[in-house]
Amino acid sequence: MNLTLKIWRQENANDKGKMVDYKVTEISEHMSFLEMMDVLNEQLVNSGEEPVAFDHDCREGICGMCSMYINGEAHGPDRGVTTCQLHMRMFKDGDTITIEPWRAAAFPVIKDLVVDRSAFDRIQHAGGYISVNTSGNTQDANAIPISKEAADKAMDAATCIGCGACVATCKNSSAMLFVGAKVSQYALLPQGQVEATDRVLNMVAQMDAEGFGNCTNTGACEVECPKGISLENIARMNREFLSASLKG
Amino acid sequence: MALDSKIPKGPLKDKWTDYKNHIDLVNPANKRNIDVIVVGTGLAGGSASATLAELGYNVKAFAYQDSPRRAHSIAAQGGINAAKNYQGDGDSTYRLFYDTVKGGDYRSREANVYRLAEVSANIIDQCVAQGVPFARDYGGLLDNRSFGGVLVSRTFYAKGQTGQQLLLGAYSAMNRQIARGKIEMFNRHEMLDVVIVDGKARGIIARDLVTGEIERHSAHAVVVASGGYGNVYFLSTNAMGSNATAAWKIHKKGAYFANPCYTQIHPTCIPRSGDYQSKLTLMSESLRNDGRIWVPKSMEDVMAIREGRKKPTDLSEDERDYYLERRYPAFGNLVPRDVASRAAKERCDAGYGVNATGEAVYLDFKSAIQRYGKEQAKIKHISKPTEKQIYDLGKDIVKAKYGNLFQMYEKIVDQNPYETPMMIYPAVHYTMGGVWVDYNLMTTIPGCYAIGEANFSDHGANRLGASALMQGLADGYFVLPYTIGDYLADDIRTGKIATDSPEFEAAEKEVSERIEFFINNKGTHSVDYYHKKLGKIMWDKCGMSRNETGLKEAIIEISELRADFWKNVNVPGTATEYNEQLAKAGRVADFLELGELFAKDALIREESAGGHFREEFQTEDGEAKRIKEFQFVSAWEYKGEPKDAILHKEELAYENIEVKERSYK
Repeated sequence: MNLTLKIWRQENANDKGKMVDYKVTEISEHMSFLEMMDVLNEQLVNSGEEPVAFDHDCREGICGMCSMYINGEAHGPDRGVTTCQLHMRMFKDGDTITIEPWRAAAFPVIKDLVVDRSAFDRIQHAGGYISVNTSGNTQDANAIPISKEAADKAMDAATCIGCGACVATCKNSSAMLFVGAKVSQYALLPQGQVEATDRVLNMVAQMDAEGFGNCTNTGACEVECPKGISLENIARMNREFLSASLKG
Repeated sequence: MALDSKIPKGPLKDKWTDYKNHIDLVNPANKRNIDVIVVGTGLAGGSASATLAELGYNVKAFAYQDSPRRAHSIAAQGGINAAKNYQGDGDSTYRLFYDTVKGGDYRSREANVYRLAEVSANIIDQCVAQGVPFARDYGGLLDNRSFGGVLVSRTFYAKGQTGQQLLLGAYSAMNRQIARGKIEMFNRHEMLDVVIVDGKARGIIARDLVTGEIERHSAHAVVVASGGYGNVYFLSTNAMGSNATAAWKIHKKGAYFANPCYTQIHPTCIPRSGDYQSKLTLMSESLRNDGRIWVPKSMEDVMAIREGRKKPTDLSEDERDYYLERRYPAFGNLVPRDVASRAAKERCDAGYGVNATGEAVYLDFKSAIQRYGKEQAKIKHISKPTEKQIYDLGKDIVKAKYGNLFQMYEKIVDQNPYETPMMIYPAVHYTMGGVWVDYNLMTTIPGCYAIGEANFSDHGANRLGASALMQGLADGYFVLPYTIGDYLADDIRTGKIATDSPEFEAAEKEVSERIEFFINNKGTHSVDYYHKKLGKIMWDKCGMSRNETGLKEAIIEISELRADFWKNVNVPGTATEYNEQLAKAGRVADFLELGELFAKDALIREESAGGHFREEFQTEDGEAKRIKEFQFVSAWEYKGEPKDAILHKEELAYENIEVKERSYK
């Protein structure tokens, strides 16, 4: 298929940036979206132009690097996938596709479609861990049984890949789904109980300090999340936060 | 220099304990004055960084990605082995050791593998304490599954995302230390050289991938945890950015490179679909617990399927060749990876491949859905279940076990694997070879260590499934933090290492000149053009099977390609900005050297062992034929061009295990 691409080009953080049109031809429906971008970039390099910068790494939907806002949707039109798993069969010959970076004050653009998501790391530094030394001198792994239900729910929350689609898609640029997922994972496990109060207070404080917006329950984050992280996690974080605030 | 593996004396089972009891320690106050650089933040690098920081060292950690959480360990799906014997099926430290040495086709070091098996149980304890949500049974205890090449269930898992959960565990341990200021994290940074002062590794030259700035970082020791070199094939299951540059740079500065020809071709990957393909996607080996692998028995059916006249589901049981079950009745679909991959290639080479390219076999869940469905019907007291009830109940179980993998397959291939068998074909996945290290995980450069996939040590000629995660975490959490102390004990009075020495000056100059060359060359071909050409040579001539003629051709072709690269490569943009093409040019330049050494190593190894299959050396049944005189590790010393590399041999002794022909029949 032949396509017109409207892509955000921005040289660096200080550049104003603009949309630029490109054409690509003979795109196979079996290509992934990023392989289509590879075709464009090879074309640009061979004609002496600068290729479009974009983040990507594992190309199997798990590392969380890729981050494109395609036709007004985080990770594009398909559901339950990252951009690297989006396939060109979702598009038609002659389509015009608009490609932008994640847009949020807390995710400044580095270049073109590459943004700085280190705010997510800083939220994790504030409490995204259990304070246990990696000495190997802990108790036996089966010493504390954990109900299958709790373990499965913790796992569902823990599958977050930290891509930032929730923030990009939220009209408030809220990071509640991301933070809620981490808080929930530990809140559901006995190992996480000891530091539960400080954890939620510190992580939420850091989230606010980074400039992420508030949650107004539109639920867009859950729809666009490539890993299907549930809104339940936001509710759980709110409960944890409330009870921690009362204790604190 | 003679190789000294520094394996402690004494009985196998006491070596590690005795060793730990007698090494030098660094007191906590002195650890505060010692800096350690860790390159890479996957399971090995992440766990090492966290543990070293906890012990009190000042750690500087480097990742080329935008966060340590994105290292490619995250993509490991199936599980992690540990000799816990929770299932009471006869597992033990010795059995894990035995399976690993046998699985590696008797080409790994006994003492290292035993230590790995010994600390494996601790890894699970550690991860559970960190909040890693492993799968559990209804009683609340940890669940296990079985993997290829073994007869027990010792694999712990977290759905099909075990690597992700273990990496996030290590990442969380790092975060705690980053918050305390004990780890200084350098994201979007790439190591471009090691700096050696007075014969010891004392720092690195790194490049900030955002600004392009070249930086000097000093430390008392340097740990390379940068993963494997599978991307030398261009197409592999590795991440796009996975590269061998850190490992190759230390090789060029004196670290021997061991067994480069030992590469793992994983049997269950999604087949390639076209020339535009940028990477291959793995389907977890855990699928072989329940999936049955087959091709049609008759060539007419093969052609009918390829031409779309028949569907795989049209073929009756009698018309299918479950070739692994036929050839290996004892292990069936759960033979080790090298055996399963070669068996698929054998069928496809014979013309029985089931897709348009002729390079695909089926992985079928129909039997599993039936089996689970019937079992569930019994549990739910459905006395005469209909076909549909059985299918639905069975599908639910398969979905709970492998749902995310099935979804991934469907998104890529656009076929529903519950209804039609998956198509799979082998792909490059893991490299057992790597930087040579002694028992302490130190390379032949004093003070320079290599851990995880970056080293060669534990898997011999073939790695068993679910053992990479085990090795990465064992090295990082439990081995390196001890062994490095023995070395650093001599450094308590050294003080900060200066970065204005002539050695740093020279290393930085070398790095800068190379970058300037790339930017100014303005050649005719893109970096990918060369990478794809290299990948094709590697796959065709150093792939699943190799022969003397092909390897000799590969050596010449790679060296010619390398010469052409240095003349005609085209790198756009500048050196002082985010420039992915520039970063990639440096990586491909290193692969172009590594690939040639790889072929050379494969050529001198006149035997077949594990993942290294030389057509000239096979048994009558087409199995790998080991040759006794090659029972050594080949460790290569850099001497300029790869053709000049010098071979050093580390003889392998087996005192606790009988070396015999590997049989999975």
